[in-house]
Amino acid sequence: MSADGTSTLTEPSLASASTHVVLEARNIVKELGHGARKTRALKGVSLALNAGELTLLMGPSGSGKTTLLSILGCILTPTEGTLTIASHATAGLSPEALAGLRRRHVGFIFQSYNLFPTLTAEENVRIALDVRGERGSDAVVRAQRALQQVGLRHKLKSYPANLSGGEQQRVAVARALVGAPSVMLADEPTAALDSENGVAVMQLLSEIAKDTSRAVLAVTHDPRTVPFANRVLRIEDGLIVGEERRAEGVETVHQLARNRKRKANA
Amino acid sequence: MVQLVDRRRPIAALSRPGKALLVNSAAMTFTLAFRNLFHDRIRLAVTMVGILFSIVLVAVQLGLYLGARNIIVSMIERSEGDLWVMAYGTKNFEEGQPISARERFTALSVPGVAKAVPLIVSFTDWRKPSGGATLVVVIGSDAEDGGLRPWNVVEGDVSGLGARDAVIIDKTYLADLGVNNVGDTAQIGASRVRISGFTDGIRSFTVSPYVFTTTNRARALLDMPSDMITYVLIKLEPDADAEAVRSILRDKLPDSEVLTKAEFRDRSLNHWLFATGAGVALIGGAILGLVVGTVIVAQTLYSSTKDHINEFATLRALGSSSGYIHRVILAQAALSAVLGYALGMVIALTVVYLSERTALPIVMTPSLAALLLALTVAMCAVSALSAIGKVMRIDPAVVFNR
Repeated sequence: MSADGTSTLTEPSLASASTHVVLEARNIVKELGHGARKTRALKGVSLALNAGELTLLMGPSGSGKTTLLSILGCILTPTEGTLTIASHATAGLSPEALAGLRRRHVGFIFQSYNLFPTLTAEENVRIALDVRGERGSDAVVRAQRALQQVGLRHKLKSYPANLSGGEQQRVAVARALVGAPSVMLADEPTAALDSENGVAVMQLLSEIAKDTSRAVLAVTHDPRTVPFANRVLRIEDGLIVGEERRAEGVETVHQLARNRKRKANA
Repeated sequence: MVQLVDRRRPIAALSRPGKALLVNSAAMTFTLAFRNLFHDRIRLAVTMVGILFSIVLVAVQLGLYLGARNIIVSMIERSEGDLWVMAYGTKNFEEGQPISARERFTALSVPGVAKAVPLIVSFTDWRKPSGGATLVVVIGSDAEDGGLRPWNVVEGDVSGLGARDAVIIDKTYLADLGVNNVGDTAQIGASRVRISGFTDGIRSFTVSPYVFTTTNRARALLDMPSDMITYVLIKLEPDADAEAVRSILRDKLPDSEVLTKAEFRDRSLNHWLFATGAGVALIGGAILGLVVGTVIVAQTLYSSTKDHINEFATLRALGSSSGYIHRVILAQAALSAVLGYALGMVIALTVVYLSERTALPIVMTPSLAALLLALTVAMCAVSALSAIGKVMRIDPAVVFNR
């Protein structure tokens, strides 16, 4: 750790010259609460997300994972530091402008899926296009295509209540995917899922991350997700304290899946 | 390789062109609003009851107000007088004070006056054949003068008023007056009257039935001197300047007041509707209905929004603009308004139908129906404000805390 309290991994974890950086955060500080209750949830975090990579952000509860995710997704604004998404600096933007940036460049996947219970799977996906002003038959086709990509073409008209947890999370992935965002941010995407569905969702995310125009960041404390990642960042007490680059990450995913299947059959 | 894409069917085959696609393409704001509204049937029922109550109450109150207006002005509107000469301080049609019959002849001498017709109007007692008395308003006008003749005559004939003791009354008040048929007799003062005809739908705001007769018989029934009348109805020459004629009449008739038909109509309306408080009560009831309806709709919309707050937070996290979320809530309010209005109007029109034969019928006009729709939409829009306020205070970060 440096003298000013920022992570010593700040510079190394930023983009290398050969990769396409779609999100860059520098010295992010976030203070929560007021007066005597004020706490520093993030103490100077810097990171870059590269297109074509699935990055995991791991750490214990209260380490600042979700706060960092909220800032990277323009839901919270940092107390200090700068954030750039798809070459757009977020500093000084109004809440409406930040919403516009989210709309165009960020896809979210939530731990509890956050699907609309009164909308069908297809409508749940289509609403992500609707908020962008994309309507009509083209939006319908795109929503259906996104659901087909996650293997749910046969569930277009199903309501969330009639879908399993894994299927609901796949609808959420399709919703995040349909707008072709530059960054996909997932908050504990496997936490509410059983082992099999957790693996399926991570497989999806690792496949999505292969798109060289998109970066995927998943906040998790689930060790089962590690084999799917290209990179693992560890956060503790509001600081990035470790980074592991897994060169074999994506290659091993399929091997892992086959191994699991073999085990299950045995 | 993990199969992410389901390739069993081509993507193009997923969308079926035509009606289904059109429906699918409908604005999601409306779809979401509709589903939110119908998702909780009990809350929807409460909302509908609130709007129904409000619409029916407002429709009845404003319908009564319109009905009262029509009744109050009916005599003045039906008269052939362009100008009315009356005793100073006359507050309304029914309570005119006697003036000298000479005023009529003076008026006739004024250039621009085509006709000056005497009219006698006064309250008096009607003694029923079976005993008991009720207050009536006797209207004395000679049919040949064309001042104020009974209209909507459904039995008998206006010319029948020339017969001895003849009067015409309205069918609405048969029970009040204790008579049933043409030819029945009753008593006014010390004189006998005989029913020579019936009108239909000529109601009195004072609840005292009108009794039409000739001027001479009215004087006799009211024990009024032969040189007294209540009003002089002035019919102007076609090219006469009403203001100029009125100015001359005012100079020549210093003991009387000269009003245009519109002025006398407004004065009567102001007296009965506002000086007596009747109109204030009706309008107050309508406002109360709007307030109660607004509160009920606001409460249900607010609680619906609160129940769906995580969905609105998700929308915000997905990057929806404030306007998009406003549209969802306003669409929900508008749907409630249209549905509530349709159901409310069915009930209101039933009430209107049932009131048709009463002494004070409720009136429903296309303008009132349009006004009610506008009020309902406005009421629901105002109701949506609290829900919009709630949504605007959402912290989108709650999506991570569920």
